[in-house]
Amino acid sequence: MGRVILYAFLLLMAGFFLLPVYLVILTALKEPAKITLDTVWHWPDPVYWESFRIAWEAFRPKFQNSMVLAVSATLLSALVGALNGYVLAKWPFPGSNLLFALMLFGMFIPYQSILIPLFQFVKAIGLYGTLFGLILVHVIYGIPIITLIFKNYYSEIPDELVEAARIDGAGFFGVFRHVILPLSAPAFVVVAIWQFTQIWNEFLFAVTLTRPESQPITVALAQLAGGEAVKWNLPMAGAVLAALPTLLVYIFLGRYFLRGLLAGSVKG
Amino acid sequence: MRKWLLVLGVALGLSALAQTGKLEIFSWWAGDEGPALEALIRLYKQKYPGVEVINATVTGGAGVNAKAVLKTRMLGGDPPDTFQVHAGMELIGTWVVANRMEDLTPLFRQEGWLQAFPKGLIDLISHKGGIWSVPVNIHRSNVMWYIPAKLREWGVNPPKTWAEFLATCETLKRKGLQAPLALGENWTQQHLWESVALAMLGADGWNNLWNGKLKFTDPKAVAVWETFGKVLDCANKDAAGLSWQQAVDRVVQGQAAFNIMGDWAAGYMTTTLKLKPGTDFAWAPSPGTQGVFMMLSDSFGLPKGAKNRQNALNWLRLVGSKEGQDTFNPLKGSIAARLDSDPAKYNAYGQAAMRDWKSNRIVGSLVHGAVAPESFMSQFGTVMEIFLQTKSPKAAANAAQAIADQVGLGR
Amino acid sequence: MRDRIAAFLVLLPSLVAVGIFVYGFIGQNLYVSLSDWGKNPAQALAEEPTLHFVGLANYQELFTGFVDVRFRQSVVNLIFFTLFFMAGSLGLGLLLAVALDQSPKGEGFFRTVFLFPMALSFVVTGTIWRWLLQPQGGVNVLPTLLGLPPLSFPWLTTREQVLVFDWNQLPFYTALVVGLVLLYVAYRAHREGERKRRFFALLSGGALLLWALTLGRGVHLLPYPEPHGFSLALVGVILAAMWQMSGYTMALYLAGLRGIPVEVLEAAKVDGANPWQTYRYVILPLLAPITLSAMIVLGHIALKIFDLIFAMAGLDYAPTDVPAIYMYLLAFRGNQFAKGATIGILLLLLVAVVVIPYLASQLRKEVRR
Repeated sequence: MGRVILYAFLLLMAGFFLLPVYLVILTALKEPAKITLDTVWHWPDPVYWESFRIAWEAFRPKFQNSMVLAVSATLLSALVGALNGYVLAKWPFPGSNLLFALMLFGMFIPYQSILIPLFQFVKAIGLYGTLFGLILVHVIYGIPIITLIFKNYYSEIPDELVEAARIDGAGFFGVFRHVILPLSAPAFVVVAIWQFTQIWNEFLFAVTLTRPESQPITVALAQLAGGEAVKWNLPMAGAVLAALPTLLVYIFLGRYFLRGLLAGSVKG
Repeated sequence: MRKWLLVLGVALGLSALAQTGKLEIFSWWAGDEGPALEALIRLYKQKYPGVEVINATVTGGAGVNAKAVLKTRMLGGDPPDTFQVHAGMELIGTWVVANRMEDLTPLFRQEGWLQAFPKGLIDLISHKGGIWSVPVNIHRSNVMWYIPAKLREWGVNPPKTWAEFLATCETLKRKGLQAPLALGENWTQQHLWESVALAMLGADGWNNLWNGKLKFTDPKAVAVWETFGKVLDCANKDAAGLSWQQAVDRVVQGQAAFNIMGDWAAGYMTTTLKLKPGTDFAWAPSPGTQGVFMMLSDSFGLPKGAKNRQNALNWLRLVGSKEGQDTFNPLKGSIAARLDSDPAKYNAYGQAAMRDWKSNRIVGSLVHGAVAPESFMSQFGTVMEIFLQTKSPKAAANAAQAIADQVGLGR
Repeated sequence: MRDRIAAFLVLLPSLVAVGIFVYGFIGQNLYVSLSDWGKNPAQALAEEPTLHFVGLANYQELFTGFVDVRFRQSVVNLIFFTLFFMAGSLGLGLLLAVALDQSPKGEGFFRTVFLFPMALSFVVTGTIWRWLLQPQGGVNVLPTLLGLPPLSFPWLTTREQVLVFDWNQLPFYTALVVGLVLLYVAYRAHREGERKRRFFALLSGGALLLWALTLGRGVHLLPYPEPHGFSLALVGVILAAMWQMSGYTMALYLAGLRGIPVEVLEAAKVDGANPWQTYRYVILPLLAPITLSAMIVLGHIALKIFDLIFAMAGLDYAPTDVPAIYMYLLAFRGNQFAKGATIGILLLLLVAVVVIPYLASQLRKEVRR
């Protein structure tokens, strides 16, 4: 009896999580003229793959922007974060804990509270409307959480290893290169996945700081769907395209993805 | 002298042929409103094949989304080469007073446009001795749309006053039509409001609202909200989720009898829905506004710091030309801003609108940027939300007056 | 020593960057919020606007000004959204985790299904749910597939409000809630025998309650009643947000459940506890720290929510307004930059109230370790 209820509940919930996806695919595969509200759940007849071609054509430049943005910002912030985490975990100095706490606060601030000055600043340094500007912003606001993840990870590496390397004559960078870095692969994977998803999915900075040529895909999608009298097959196909990279990351690297999530929850 | 000008003209023409580089045109005309702009761009490309045109559109009716994007770009020091802006206070009170636009008076003189456009329209785009944009069209705001065949079926006539409208609405409701008036998202509700206000206040009263002589808290102005509330009771309850096209669709499909919308609705019904004006669909001035033409005009301006200034000037030249306007407007559902356009190029609706444009009393639209600065306009959406939430005419009127005081309306 | 200097120099650029981009910008934003940027149209969009200092005028206007009723509703919306979204995600996440903890067949499949929305952008989720919640389509016509009549709840387009209260009562309710919380703190202190804490909590809580019940009722922020309530249009937004975030709480709880030592459960069984009692008295208390960190993360997502609502309902629709949306609307559409900055500062304060105690306690724990 208990088992029956259990499975019924699980199936019901699976329905709750999957039905929206099903509707997206149904709608994307319909001819625009065949999309009517009362038959939204009917199977498309004929199946209309054109939507994806049109959406891909419209979104390809934005997709590329998102790719360049997410990959480069992820790499840069991972590098900076790893070094920071290394310093804080293995080379603490007086006050470093306090500085770290002050830094951490940066990951909690609502970005609305710095949006206007940020906008002015990016404009003042001549990066408004460029992808570089957006990359810079993402790297900087990514520093706190990435530093946190690396610091936690490096704290688990025994200090004896560091000591031993120093006795062998390795300096600050030597230890990092020969001891820490070789052990860091899992942390890099977690950080890379976390940052990539965050940056790919981000919207507020993107909508405020870019111009059409440098728009990432989230902005393009919001503008397409937020416009009017849209035929819903296009936004739906666009949603699939915008979701695909992060979904693939999730499906193939699910284990690390989860670890990133848990790390992201600041477990002290 | 004349010969000299001719030589100059030829030289300019030649240089035009050699024109290269880019031209970025910023507007909110996409989707159903796109074909008209695209036709104009095609014409531009014929004349200047070397120029790469970037058609930057941000969708959303009445430019609600586009205006935010344009603002960040202008503030970010990255202006498009030319952008769509409503003639009137939206242009003057937002961009011209902030010293962001180039004076186009030389262009107007050069092209002889001071005579080509109606004087009232030139006044609308003039400020402190300069002329600041090139109008491409004239739209009418106060139009009521319906399907004659459906009205016959229901046995009602298009109402002539709002009182008649409310009576017709009751009749239709009794016949099982739940929402005789089709309505869409926030700005279309404001659009409906301006038709009601024009009818209740009259053309003079409407103008006095914007020059500060009539307060929003005046009993006459409060009464507008009372009638507006009754009219809303005739409308669909899911308005907030519909675009203006979807609201028009409801009328076309017979789920509603009337829609109050600007005459871009005519463009949508003829160009996209392939309906025939006058037979498949018909129109009347919105109730109580016969003989008054509430106008708005889309125009293009030249922001300071445009990267491809020469290409933008050529674009403006085309936009203001007879050829440009008669290419654009028949597709858009609007009429030309110029006085010399060719009626034969327009459909039944366009020709009717031209007649009214010449004979009617002209007033400016609020929602579409003619009579009030953007700082008032953008907050009027909040006034509308206050009314929809509280249903209190008094509260809405007070809020409107508070904003009017704040932005110094009529000062 | 050279290495120590190197270490500091490596950290320095990040410190400077965060210093400028977080603290510097907050300072700059605070300055803007005290100015009149946007009041004068000629200055609002000028190349080099001249700003005048106006003190707290913008703050006062937001809370008591006539036109800014929309801001006040957006605050009320935010509070209700945060509460229901947090409760919903925690509850659903816990249920899912408990169900998966029974090791059903296909556990991996179900876990994947429950968690995948986490990988999506709020913009994607919003776009999908906007379509799903069309009043005459989507979810509402789902029953017709089974031959049932369609649902008629208008989802995002409704203007109905429940739990309506008068904004003028806000000081009263705030004092009431804070007072009661303080009394509870006093009670806890009493049980733990901390006399000093008990004394201060009792004193301040009692004073607040006394004020609320006497003078507090007479305080009026506005000269007229102004009703605000839980706007039902938010139900759809909350559902969409839960759809996206419940998997996350599920993952947290599942990790927690799996981390409970078997001996503890065995011991409970030996003591004769039935499964329900085991959950209630053994497992749930052990999950409390997880609940706390999940609440912090969810609460902070909720307070910052912007893209989901932007994609679902757009900027113009007051029933689903939150301060983050209104800020963007005021600043970048209405040219009211100073007021936008003011809302930014208020949001920051709201988040700080939640996060700073948490960060401080985490830091203290760290030091103790």
